[in-house]
Amino acid sequence: MMSEIDSILPLELDGIGFGVQGRALLGGIGLRLEAGSRTIVLGPNGAGKSLLLRICHGLLAPTEGSLRWGGAGRPLPDQVVRRRQAMVFQRPVLLRRSALANIRYVLGLIGLPRRQRQTVAMEALDRFGLAELAGRPARVLSGGEQQRLALARAWVVEPDVLFLDEPTSSLDPAATLAVEMAIHEFHAAGAKIVMTTHDLGQARRLADEVVFLSRGRLVEVSSASRFFKGPATPQARAFLAGELVC
Amino acid sequence: MLDLSAALSTAAALVIGLDPQMLAIVRLSLLVSGSAVLLAALIGLPLGAALALAAFPGRGVLVVMINACMGLPPVVVGLAIYLLLSRAGPLGQFGLLFTPSAMVVAQTILVLPIVAALSRQVVADLWGEYGEQLRSLGASRPGVVATLLWDGRFSLLTAILAGFGRACAEVGAVMIVGGNISGVTRTMTTAIALETSKGDLPLALGLGIILIGLVIAVNAAVFLVGQAARRRMG
Amino acid sequence: MLKRILLLAALLLSTGAIAEERFITVASTTSTDQSGLFGALLPAFQRDSGIAVRVVAVGTGQALRLGERGDADALLVHDRAGEDKFVAGGFGLDRRDVMYNDFVVVGPSSDPVGIKGLGNVTEAFKRIAAAKAPFASRGDDSGTNRSELRIWKSAGADLKADGIGWYRELGSGMGATLNTAAGMGAYALTDRGTWASFKNRQSLVILVEGDKALFNPYGSILVNPVLHSGIKAADALVWHHWLTGPKGQAAIAGFKIDGEQLFFPDAK
Repeated sequence: MMSEIDSILPLELDGIGFGVQGRALLGGIGLRLEAGSRTIVLGPNGAGKSLLLRICHGLLAPTEGSLRWGGAGRPLPDQVVRRRQAMVFQRPVLLRRSALANIRYVLGLIGLPRRQRQTVAMEALDRFGLAELAGRPARVLSGGEQQRLALARAWVVEPDVLFLDEPTSSLDPAATLAVEMAIHEFHAAGAKIVMTTHDLGQARRLADEVVFLSRGRLVEVSSASRFFKGPATPQARAFLAGELVC
Repeated sequence: MLDLSAALSTAAALVIGLDPQMLAIVRLSLLVSGSAVLLAALIGLPLGAALALAAFPGRGVLVVMINACMGLPPVVVGLAIYLLLSRAGPLGQFGLLFTPSAMVVAQTILVLPIVAALSRQVVADLWGEYGEQLRSLGASRPGVVATLLWDGRFSLLTAILAGFGRACAEVGAVMIVGGNISGVTRTMTTAIALETSKGDLPLALGLGIILIGLVIAVNAAVFLVGQAARRRMG
Repeated sequence: MLKRILLLAALLLSTGAIAEERFITVASTTSTDQSGLFGALLPAFQRDSGIAVRVVAVGTGQALRLGERGDADALLVHDRAGEDKFVAGGFGLDRRDVMYNDFVVVGPSSDPVGIKGLGNVTEAFKRIAAAKAPFASRGDDSGTNRSELRIWKSAGADLKADGIGWYRELGSGMGATLNTAAGMGAYALTDRGTWASFKNRQSLVILVEGDKALFNPYGSILVNPVLHSGIKAADALVWHHWLTGPKGQAAIAGFKIDGEQLFFPDAK
């Protein structure tokens, strides 16, 4: 997969801000997200991490600033941009039908011919260890199985970028591991990963790059190795120290 | 209490005897109310979903109006339809007055607000849960409506049953636009009204018991089907 | 999808036309319908003519209004004054006598006012008004209601002023009014046909009958086909002639409940 020549990345954010009724929740975010790498968004509660992800994914329109896919001089049609990204939420929202039908539903949305859907959907389920559960109602699967189903659903879209918002925060360690393995698969297939997490261990395991937010501001962007060795800013240092103490 | 036991035995005799006249009345009642509910569902479900999802000026007013119309008095609806279908009215040339079709139209109007208002609520709640995910998946508007209606099918079934209950129980509208003509437009409820006015209270009550039994049977069937489906689909 | 829905709607609406039989609509009164008279007349008429009759049974006042709007092809009602006005207004044609029955005054068998056996209904009403005994009136502008009001007038009772507390206007059909009268032990005026087939009498019995003022004639009127399109004038005429002809008259005379004849044919 991911064999198309072009990626919709990079994504450039310029002066992005978001406010509700005059209260600024995000402000002055300037950021460039490159193809391929795994970017982990860190920050204390209420820093605006989820908000940032939703703005990047296009679920929320920023109240300030602009957002550009594809880099300078390469305007991309909205439809292409929409089609080639996916998002996995903290609590997966699955349709009230079988696991298989949940995948087939997405294949329908992206316009895959009807007779190919079954095969492609089964492959995706199999890839994330869900083949046995294909016929089960999605809503009665365990939390970990549901999250893997959400990942399988994202997989068939063949996204250039996958956003994940705290995907493991309500899962046990085994299920968390399965999700992390899945993220590896996406990355190995060439997808850009943009993910928020509270779990610093997970951040260390997955991150190529860290984006650190605090109180709606972008405080620090650096490579993972540099960030975890010694953050440049006092806020990030305090965050790491605080988290480690917990 | 003599009356009640007489009513029960009358009901039992009617059911056991399979009185053909009564069967025709039951058949017509189910046909008229069933058709009305079907039509109301075909219009009301998409309408309710559209009201839940679309934002347009005056939506709030429309929602309040439709909610209020759940309490439309059947007699008023019957009268309005009568004036429309009367030979002296604008639709008189179709000759629909005093036919089952006229009854279907009247009951559709009675049931539509119930189906639309309740499905609006169901779809709005589901949209709150599904909205981000469906937008993330890039579902189109019509696609979203279809998805939410399908995923809300168990709750929507209850809305439709509520409409069916109203259609089956009302007498005011079908009496006026149907005329309670023996063998043509006589339903369970108009027959009950007629027998009451003839003072044959056991027969009226007996018919009432059968009507309640039918409504219970329909609801039980839907409940069982829903349960089985829910167990399969979660 | 839309096409399918429209098709379905058309199909549903056409259910009204399943019976492609030849029929006319007759607006008549609850009193004739509930007595069971039509059950005896209509099959005989259909055998003779091949025309089915759909009876919409309402109060005489409402039946006349249905006729005015062209929603019936013929009427069979009992309010001579109203009928004449209907014809004079150009709504109806060829009003003919069909039959008569009579009204009776019913009341609790204990008869607290003591009107039992009176040959004069006006006197009976005077006594009821003087004693302020409960009286259940249909109050629905039906033929029976109109007759009742005429008797009150000749009894000199001013119901608006003196009726408070005992004169109950129910706004109901004959049967419902009798149900109420039986329930509260009230006097009431009813046509003999409805009374004969009425089952929930409780303590009610006939107290006054036979006065000329209780005479209750029924008339058949054709609805004027000029005023509205769609009126089945030709078939209605067949019915009109049959009903007032020898076959219809014989069928009316032959209709009995418990051996009692309820309607007396009097077509000229």
